[in-house]
Amino acid sequence: MKRICTILLAAALAGCATTETATQPPAAVEDRAGTTKPGAGPGASGVPEKPVTGVDLTGGKPAGADPLKDPSSPLSMRSIYYDFDKYDIKDEYKPVIEAHARYLRENGGVKMLIQGNTDERGSREYNIALGQRRAESVKKMLLLLGAREEQVEAVSLGEEKPKETGHGEEAWTRNRRSDMLYAGEY
Amino acid sequence: MSVMRPLIAALLLLAAACGAHAQLSIEITGAGAQRIPVAIAPLAGEGALLDGGNAAISAIVRADLERSGLFRAVDVPRLIPQPTESSTVNYAEWRSRLADALVLGSVSGRPDGRFEVRFRLYDVVKQAALGGVAYTLTREQVRATAHRIADYVYEKLTGEKGVFSTRIAYVVKRGERFELQIADADGANEQAMLVSNEPIISPVWSPDGRRIAYVSFQNKKPIVYVQDVQVPKQRIVANFKGSNSAPAWSPDGARLAVALTRDGSSQLYLIDPDGGNLRRLTNSFAIDTEPFFSPDGRWIYFTSDRGGSPQIYRMPSTGGEAQRVTFEGGYNVSPRVSPDGRSLAYVTRNGGRFQVALLDLGTRQSLVLTDSDLDESPSFAPNGRQILLATILNGRGVLTAVSSDGRVKQRLTLSAGDVREPSWGPLIP
Repeated sequence: MKRICTILLAAALAGCATTETATQPPAAVEDRAGTTKPGAGPGASGVPEKPVTGVDLTGGKPAGADPLKDPSSPLSMRSIYYDFDKYDIKDEYKPVIEAHARYLRENGGVKMLIQGNTDERGSREYNIALGQRRAESVKKMLLLLGAREEQVEAVSLGEEKPKETGHGEEAWTRNRRSDMLYAGEY
Repeated sequence: MSVMRPLIAALLLLAAACGAHAQLSIEITGAGAQRIPVAIAPLAGEGALLDGGNAAISAIVRADLERSGLFRAVDVPRLIPQPTESSTVNYAEWRSRLADALVLGSVSGRPDGRFEVRFRLYDVVKQAALGGVAYTLTREQVRATAHRIADYVYEKLTGEKGVFSTRIAYVVKRGERFELQIADADGANEQAMLVSNEPIISPVWSPDGRRIAYVSFQNKKPIVYVQDVQVPKQRIVANFKGSNSAPAWSPDGARLAVALTRDGSSQLYLIDPDGGNLRRLTNSFAIDTEPFFSPDGRWIYFTSDRGGSPQIYRMPSTGGEAQRVTFEGGYNVSPRVSPDGRSLAYVTRNGGRFQVALLDLGTRQSLVLTDSDLDESPSFAPNGRQILLATILNGRGVLTAVSSDGRVKQRLTLSAGDVREPSWGPLIP
């Protein structure tokens, strides 16, 4: 991993000769790279400072008891997929959203973040708006089915956080997606 | 709720940076049919400035002019004695080398340790001097001075402003890391303005070239910031519920147009660069985004899917009725008006490919300028001659520049990482 910030800092500390001219002063640098909490979000994967996942022997619920993680429960399904430039929810995903709406209704303290995503084609800015539309369409359906406004937040990641980084239809299909995430999962 | 919890920011502020780590390299992949043959003679005494890794001034001028695609450098043999700006020009000799224009000059040391560069430009065909300039410079100002000379030659010979002294901004993705970089128009002097583990998009220079507005996801959602090029401090412009995105400066630099989803779907708003005076501009149930001011400030061009597919519209910048601008094709986005206000660059879907096209706003004729598949983010050079854009080549993000007539193409690549989101800065007087 390129440690540009280290290099820049070292350069700054060393008072290295800058190559700017009087008319073009150097760009000042603001480094936010170190400010992300490790594991705090989807962007944190690959960050070297990943926290150690410890083993908990003190008891508590066995993992299988969490319906959100039970592969046989529709609640374990978190992604809604779309066609290009579309944000309508296909019929096949409606039972998944109904299950999550029921879970939110029955667990009033639970909160959800919906992240809308697009494939890489077209405009990044239009894709921000399209991703927001996708997330909002899921939120709207959850609210119609009884979830409360305070429980659900819809945000867009546009084309900026592709699950698949390739440049073909296979990757694009997987990236046109809304993800429903519960607290602790993003 | 704590979904958007702001990260506790322990900002690591760096006041200075050496930027020579991974410069953009530029490759010309096409050239204009009729390039002006120009002889740039080595400046007498320019070797005195070569210390510190500097290239020769004449070599930088030559590279600038050739890169524009409008000039062809004529080979200059070793001349003894070396001619200077005060030599008598043997026009017949330069004509025999097939040069239409000629630059002669010299470098001399000054008592204060600085240097003086003098040069003169000649029209070899008309056998006339076209003018010349003297600059005082330090060793650190070699590149900047060479770009000024190239700008002078370019303007005298083409009648248009040169853009060799301008700067560009772009985003580099290296692994999981995003860097907002600015560099000279030739890719030299790359310097990081912002480094983040979250995406950065849509940088755009203020009209005076002092600030850059951009969108950063550092707080897990799109927020619009403005940052002074010289001061390592972010200022939040728009951080409302939902997405905050697509900043565009008004030509006087006093206002920004932005796209916000705070009131539902993405809509256009005007806001001051310090975040004050928010005013809603559009009222549709559709997606409205990517505002861009016309150079006279009267119009805002933008992308909207109000007609069922994303198309480009324009509306008065004070608000009011929108008119549709693009009609051909089912996906036309990212409008950028040329500096003279006469044409519009945008991205169009052309049989499954996403390409930059140019629409003549007078004749309504449009022309696809590129032959790539995944073009994004066109940005005009401030003289309108070229358009910088991002595309994918061999699976990597690269910047390319295409002349407004589609004939000259350049590719700007980094040795490592994806480059995207270019923004060409303004002319600096």
